[in-house]
Amino acid sequence: MSTVTHTPAGPDQAPPPDRTPGPRSAVGGSRAGAKIFNGFSHLFLAVWAIMVVYPLLWVVMSALKTDSEVIRKPLSLFPETLQWGNFTRAWTEGHIGDFFLNTILVLTGSVFLTMLLGSMAAYVLARYDFPGNRLIYYMFLSGLTLPVYLAAVPLFKGVYNMGVTLPFLGPNSHLMLILVYVAWSLAFTVFFMHSFFRTLPDAIAEAALVDGASHSRLFFSVMLPMAKPGLISIGIFNVLGQWNQWYLPTLLMQSVAGEPKNQVISQGLIELSVNQGYKSDWSGLFAGVTMAMLPVLIVYIVFQRQVQSGLTAGVSK
Amino acid sequence: MRHGVARFVTGFLALPVGLYLFYVVWPFLQAAGYSLTDWGGYSDRQQFVGLDNYLRLFSDELIRKAFWHNVFFLVTVPLFTIALALFLAFLLNVGGREDKAGIRGVFGSGLYKVIFFFPQVLSLVVIAVMWQQIYRADGQGLINGVLMKIGLVDADDPITFVYDPEPFLGVPAVLWWLLVIAVWSGAGFYMVLFSAAMQSIPKDIYEAAILDGAGRFHTFFRITLPLLRDTVSVAWVYLGFIALDMFALVYIMTPSQGGPNHASEIFASVINFNAFQKGQFGYACAIAVALAIFTILLAALQLRITRRERIEY
Repeated sequence: MSTVTHTPAGPDQAPPPDRTPGPRSAVGGSRAGAKIFNGFSHLFLAVWAIMVVYPLLWVVMSALKTDSEVIRKPLSLFPETLQWGNFTRAWTEGHIGDFFLNTILVLTGSVFLTMLLGSMAAYVLARYDFPGNRLIYYMFLSGLTLPVYLAAVPLFKGVYNMGVTLPFLGPNSHLMLILVYVAWSLAFTVFFMHSFFRTLPDAIAEAALVDGASHSRLFFSVMLPMAKPGLISIGIFNVLGQWNQWYLPTLLMQSVAGEPKNQVISQGLIELSVNQGYKSDWSGLFAGVTMAMLPVLIVYIVFQRQVQSGLTAGVSK
Repeated sequence: MRHGVARFVTGFLALPVGLYLFYVVWPFLQAAGYSLTDWGGYSDRQQFVGLDNYLRLFSDELIRKAFWHNVFFLVTVPLFTIALALFLAFLLNVGGREDKAGIRGVFGSGLYKVIFFFPQVLSLVVIAVMWQQIYRADGQGLINGVLMKIGLVDADDPITFVYDPEPFLGVPAVLWWLLVIAVWSGAGFYMVLFSAAMQSIPKDIYEAAILDGAGRFHTFFRITLPLLRDTVSVAWVYLGFIALDMFALVYIMTPSQGGPNHASEIFASVINFNAFQKGQFGYACAIAVALAIFTILLAALQLRITRRERIEY
């Protein structure tokens, strides 16, 4: 890792002789071979990059066309005139605006509570010895392998029965969805934060207790701040996971007494794709997809380093 | 003092454990219970039928289809995604020029990584709705449109994608088209994962190999790949779970959520079909329990196969 610059090698740039020690030039690939391979790498990587970006770009650009243009010139990436009206139509008539509001309401509560309750449980399970500790830990762990479809029917029934006595916890209620999201995110959050809290040093905890801190103060003012890297990782994981959740809302955010549904974005988008299809409102559908897609992409591009390491850390734990 | 600890522990655990018990554990247990009844889901009438539902599983043609379709995804999704991700990571990290410090990544690898990761942050629903438009069976679809323009596809006989139940290599074409989407959306994430693992391999191992005269292909296949074993097996386990959960794509994209003519049924869609369309909740729960047992066995098997001593450096 020393003196090399990053400029790509020009065709006439012969390698300095002292750079290629004997054995390698004899056995390893030659310079020309390396160059061909380098070119091939770029070609293939570029092709894949286009395959990723082109469909996304096509969706965004189709959202700016008129309906007849979507049908006449489906492939062009350059709309004749930019139809911003598609976005307002999807936002109001397609109810994307309502979907966003519902999603944000739910996620604000659910992500905060998931992080808080998840770290509390993980902390106690990781650092305190009490009867039943292992049992509770394995109970959380088992939730990681069981498919959500198994619970679907009884979960719906449980929520429905709850709604008969307590309507604010019944189907179609924001608070209910928040609690369901929290419960279903706890398994992985506890699992992840458990391994994180175990690695924190004992000495600091003991010092704080000797200084007269209570156990909960020790947690909130000492241990939680020390677990910040882990919290960021699992936080990103939960935000994306809950934003993308579609099965639970489709199951639970159903209108029971005829009141309008409080759909979240993924659920709403599914219905939008059906409805706009009937109405042949293709540009409106593209606008809806674009609006669901762009905020996440922009947040990702701004925080790409954190998001990449946060999500990959979630897997390699 | 001990008393204070007990109160603290209970106080911290009460809410999370309570929520988890009510919304996750209890439904699971109930599902296991309902699987022994003939409950229809809408009435209050239910009768204990013992293991009848489970026996019925074995003669259900739909379940057999769903099982093989799940196995198909279980094999192909990890296989193709990991192969492509490894290949991209290889090009990204080894494709650059060689110099004294070994072989460097290609120019612009940071940008490639950002782009390849895009599908991972999009929700499965956005991806499904987007690909619905890409896969349209007329000139308005992206793929058909392009192929018609260059004359590879006849406008009267377009590719029908998810409406195509005809078998290709013994598997309905619709499943292959769904597989393409799964690989498209997963490859970037695992490439970033493998890339990070490749970069955490100490440089001196490569330096030693290069001194010994190994070229870039040798170093990759003899050193990098074996050292990536752990990461690849973790990826395999995760992709296995994703493969079991192709339901979003089946639900949104295929005709009548598992069609055409049940050609794309998987466990989850069969559960959905039996519970909410045929009104056989008891039977649907039995399928779900079978799926859960299948998943747990699979996870145990995978952990057993992939367990090996860790290499520390």
